[in-house]
Amino acid sequence: MTKERKWLAVPYHLWIVLFVIVPVMLLLFQSFRGLDGSFTLVNIQTYFTSRVYLTMTLQSFFYAFLITVLTLLISYPAAYFLAQTRHKQFWLLVLILPTWMNILLKTYAFIGILSQTGFVNQGLNFIGIGAQQLLFTPLSFLIVATYIEVPFMLLPVFNAIDEIDGSMIKASRDLGAGEWQTFASVIFPLSLSGVRSGIQAVFIPSLSLFMLTRLIAGNRVITLGTAIEQNFLVTQNWGMGSTMGIVLVLIMFGVMFLTRRRRKGVTVR
Amino acid sequence: MKQKQKWATVYLVLVFILLYTPIFYLIFYSFNEAGTMNQFSGFTLNHYSALAEDARLLIIALDTVRIALLSALIATVIGTAGAIGIYYTRQRRAQNVLLSLNNILLVSPDVIIGASFLLLFTLVGFQLGFYSVLLAHIAFSIPIVVLMVLPKLEDMNANMITAARDLGASPIQVLTSVILPSITPGILAGYFMAFTFSIDDFAVTFFVTGGGFATLSVEIYSRARQGVSLEINALSTLLFLVAVSLVSGYYFIQQQQRNRKKLSQLDPTVHEKAVTP
Repeated sequence: MTKERKWLAVPYHLWIVLFVIVPVMLLLFQSFRGLDGSFTLVNIQTYFTSRVYLTMTLQSFFYAFLITVLTLLISYPAAYFLAQTRHKQFWLLVLILPTWMNILLKTYAFIGILSQTGFVNQGLNFIGIGAQQLLFTPLSFLIVATYIEVPFMLLPVFNAIDEIDGSMIKASRDLGAGEWQTFASVIFPLSLSGVRSGIQAVFIPSLSLFMLTRLIAGNRVITLGTAIEQNFLVTQNWGMGSTMGIVLVLIMFGVMFLTRRRRKGVTVR
Repeated sequence: MKQKQKWATVYLVLVFILLYTPIFYLIFYSFNEAGTMNQFSGFTLNHYSALAEDARLLIIALDTVRIALLSALIATVIGTAGAIGIYYTRQRRAQNVLLSLNNILLVSPDVIIGASFLLLFTLVGFQLGFYSVLLAHIAFSIPIVVLMVLPKLEDMNANMITAARDLGASPIQVLTSVILPSITPGILAGYFMAFTFSIDDFAVTFFVTGGGFATLSVEIYSRARQGVSLEINALSTLLFLVAVSLVSGYYFIQQQQRNRKKLSQLDPTVHEKAVTP
């Protein structure tokens, strides 16, 4: 009986070894290899002594931070209001439907919207500010990245708020808390688990959005993802690319650790 | 109170407009005679007929669907078997290790997945093209299938298996007449998720595709880099319609599941990953 079960899961275990463990190992090994294929520490040394690479990493980190804050500011109220509407599951789906649209098409749309004579600049002209250079600036990267990531913050925050037991809110009101106080000391703390998973879902991808930097920011913004793609597919310096990949993986683990689930008892069942 | 509700509605409508503007912008200009995405000069369907005659793009679209259907199918089979394997792993520790390994690909940035798969394919000398893309898509779809199927297994009434065995069912019979029927909604949801993962993927495909083979995402990327072409807009209209029907399908499956048990008891990270393109 159990023997047959074991056979059933063999392809799955094979997958774990071949496509999870081995690739991570390869990335690690490759980061210790120079351009000539020999074993070396030169990539790591270059990375940590190069001003260019370090500022690039910091910049990428900073942009990801900004994007995360912006998405949170937009998504939190939306999730909060959404949780109070009737047919909320349906409206939630309507709000996250754009995520099913190909990410490149959405990015491409902004080439039109933000262009010199585009939608936004027509508006700016109309109110008398005048057309601005928007496309190929860091600002355009922020706008488009925030646009793309909003649903990924909205969804977990909504789920967390939606899971809050209604009787907790009633109890708080019965005990004399005002609307604001109820929000600040009951709803907000209970929704933090959703905020944490939202940060995970937004911050980590924001470090690696290389297609946005290419299409929208005109290479004015270099994220870690852009640099990795550049090293792997353009300059063919796989060692350096892997070193940055490892840095990205380490940052990922750091973010996951900081946003890990706290005590189980906090979540209301 | 009434006043507050009004502001809530206004805010939600605003977010709605914000999220849909780029999509409707694309669709609107797909009918533009002028061929730009700024000045609308007149209505035309030329860009749609150009799209219909673009043989290269049609082949790419078919390839994309082929990859998505196939990779989702294979990932669903392997993932379902894997979930059953995890379910029957008795030691808690081993189960946790398996689950952590399972989730690595779900949380990794796609650049990392793409780069490390490229390293893997190069190391074993695998030719980049259709099959490398297919393998990569199977690989990153398996964990989501596992996460969709596993809760269904845990919901399953274990007594039914004991009963089936007592009544003399063979292991295969237990699998096909007890286990599989009770986890079918999870398997369907897993297939659907795997399919959308595959259709939407750009970064991983971009790394492992080599020169000769392209999916829609890769093709859109290279065309968009060359500037505005309203054929892409026409394509977006069609893809938007596909997305709407896919989401309706998802909504339907979700509603069915909700009737059995509230979906919110899933891990929230599962849920949010479920819509990550």
